[in-house]
Amino acid sequence: MSENATLKENTAATDTAAAPAPKPKRPKPKSMIMLGEQTNALFENARIAKENGEKVGWSASIFPQEIAETLGLNILYPENHSAGIAARHQADPFLQECEGPLGYSNDLCAYAKVNLAYASVLNGESNVELPDGGKMIKPDFLLLTNNICNQLTKWYENLAKQMDIPVFFIDTCYNAYDYVTETRVRYVRAQIDKLIEDLCAFTGKTWDEERFKKIMEISQRNSYLWERANNLLDRKPSPLSGFELFNYMSAMVCNRGKESSTAVLQQLNDEIEQHIKNGTSTFPVEEQFRVSWDGIACWPYLGHNLRTLKKHGINMVASSYGKAWAIEYEDLDGMARAYCFASTNGDNATTMIARRIEALEKFGCEGTIYHVNRSCKVMDCQMMEVQRQISARTGIPFTSFDGDQADYRNYSEAQFETRIQGLVEVMRQNKEAISNG
Amino acid sequence: MYTFGIDIGSTSSKAVILRDGNELIAHVVVPLGTGTVGPKEAREKVFEISGLTPQDISYTIVTGYGRMNCDYADDQISELSCHAKGIHYLLPTADTIIDIGGQDAKAIKISPRGQMLAFQMNDKCAAGTGRFLDVMARVLNVDINDLGPVSEKSTRPVAISNTCTVFAESEVISQLSSNIPIEDIAAGIHNSVAKRVVGMALRLGRSQNVAMSGGVALNVGVVHAMSRELGCPVLVHPLCQSAGAIGAAVLAWEKYLKGEGKVS
Ligand code: SF4
Repeated sequence: MSENATLKENTAATDTAAAPAPKPKRPKPKSMIMLGEQTNALFENARIAKENGEKVGWSASIFPQEIAETLGLNILYPENHSAGIAARHQADPFLQECEGPLGYSNDLCAYAKVNLAYASVLNGESNVELPDGGKMIKPDFLLLTNNICNQLTKWYENLAKQMDIPVFFIDTCYNAYDYVTETRVRYVRAQIDKLIEDLCAFTGKTWDEERFKKIMEISQRNSYLWERANNLLDRKPSPLSGFELFNYMSAMVCNRGKESSTAVLQQLNDEIEQHIKNGTSTFPVEEQFRVSWDGIACWPYLGHNLRTLKKHGINMVASSYGKAWAIEYEDLDGMARAYCFASTNGDNATTMIARRIEALEKFGCEGTIYHVNRSCKVMDCQMMEVQRQISARTGIPFTSFDGDQADYRNYSEAQFETRIQGLVEVMRQNKEAISNG
Repeated sequence: MYTFGIDIGSTSSKAVILRDGNELIAHVVVPLGTGTVGPKEAREKVFEISGLTPQDISYTIVTGYGRMNCDYADDQISELSCHAKGIHYLLPTADTIIDIGGQDAKAIKISPRGQMLAFQMNDKCAAGTGRFLDVMARVLNVDINDLGPVSEKSTRPVAISNTCTVFAESEVISQLSSNIPIEDIAAGIHNSVAKRVVGMALRLGRSQNVAMSGGVALNVGVVHAMSRELGCPVLVHPLCQSAGAIGAAVLAWEKYLKGEGKVS
């Protein structure tokens, strides 16, 4: 494409009246259809269970899902649900309700803000119209680990108090080291045992060791398939537009112990392999640059992020975020050990930097985009130092932008565009320097 | 051969014509930015001064906040790369550039050839930008162009602790009402801008060859505060405000040489 054509496209993008007719949409891949069915089933099964008098729970996104799965409990995921509301641009009334009548701070995590307002409607205390008809049904109990952040702990405590329901909780502590001591494994394991016991007593379910083994096999298979799908993006050009993988995260977050996830992820792997075989890609333009993405997706502006990157031929092929759900363990001890590490927010800087450098090399990234996420302070707090050390060691350029995972008010389109363009200019120069020897 | 560079900023428009990528033929600054008549005026004026017409131009590059809304340019390049090139043209020894524009502040590390190696930009907040100084000048009832000289008279700069423009504004108002001399408040304001921007610049590493670009570089108060914070002199060229447009015209020349000739 000539420079002039690039400019024309840019100019047209700001002028909707002159915009060309939208291209016909690519048909949804089968794996996406399956994923949609799985999501519907998750909500529908929870609704039916509740109608049948069973207890339904809400869970933090990084909680050993296999426990609930073994007990046959129906669980919904507030973080995932809030992300969906934000991505569909439906967050505004919830944010207003949360910061207004409910009296929460604007500084709170926007997943929490959306969910606390949603919960307040379910609890009959607020009147916001629920865009999904209330499919996130009212919970009878909560499942929580504090390996993600402590704000989540307070958020769940508030939900528990508001709805007068129990929280089943595992304390995992922060990792100052890059290994886990046996004492710590025993500490977490003892809590898991007690949690299972209490959960059985509360829900009337019984723990079946054989079923647990089976669930663990499924979950391990799913972790393997998820990691594999992520890793296939190391091909050049990548067979997938990297942001698409974010869509599949719910298979891991909400359904990790289910065979339906195996089917979705197997199908996804097959589709990616097919692309590799055919030399095709879902990335809609020529892949000119490969970058990694640091932090949670900026859900309210995913479209704008994508359009901007696409304009410059940038494909995001590696993210620290999605991979957080490829957790490996086989039994309850392994689970205890894994959950001491199970969230990037619990990692020390050394581990965090080492992982990212490995990914930059493996995926052949030429730059990194850091999402300075106003909602998630824990994710941002080491970011500046991580940026500095990684770029000093690898020489790979980066840019960061201010955004938010769910609060649409914390983003500026023009600023994002300038930063990405700046990054492209540095990446292009580096490329030219390499090709000129 | 002539190239044309235009920097359409949020609060001003700068236009430059270069001959053969190095001889500055004409330059214009109009204090009106994107969405106004500023860009048009700047373009017309620079042609008038140079005695050239658009037909004489071999390549045009647009940069700045309003770069997406310019239909006659051959290409658009971010203000980051343009400031890098422009400052390299004006001050070839500089390896770090601090550019404070109307909307944002940036720190840029450049190579000995004036290529951008890395950059940092301020967050969404207006603190540390030209807009912050505009707001403060209004509160102090001082013309923005006088803010620098006024602050130079200060003997006891106040501490402005808030990084948020709105909070800092009320802080300044309360200092005004306690009868603190305007020059001390103005100096405090400049220190607060310098602290914020220098913090960002240091993320690119320390340097002894720092230059400032953008309109705010004309404010001596900010420049002095900046150099105190950095612990080294800060280079400022009288044409610092046009650095982005100059860089655009230099890059236009480079592109022209590469054979990406005039397309129109
Ligand atoms: S603050 Fe961050 S880690 Fe905590 S719940 Fe929100 S997004 Fe998750």
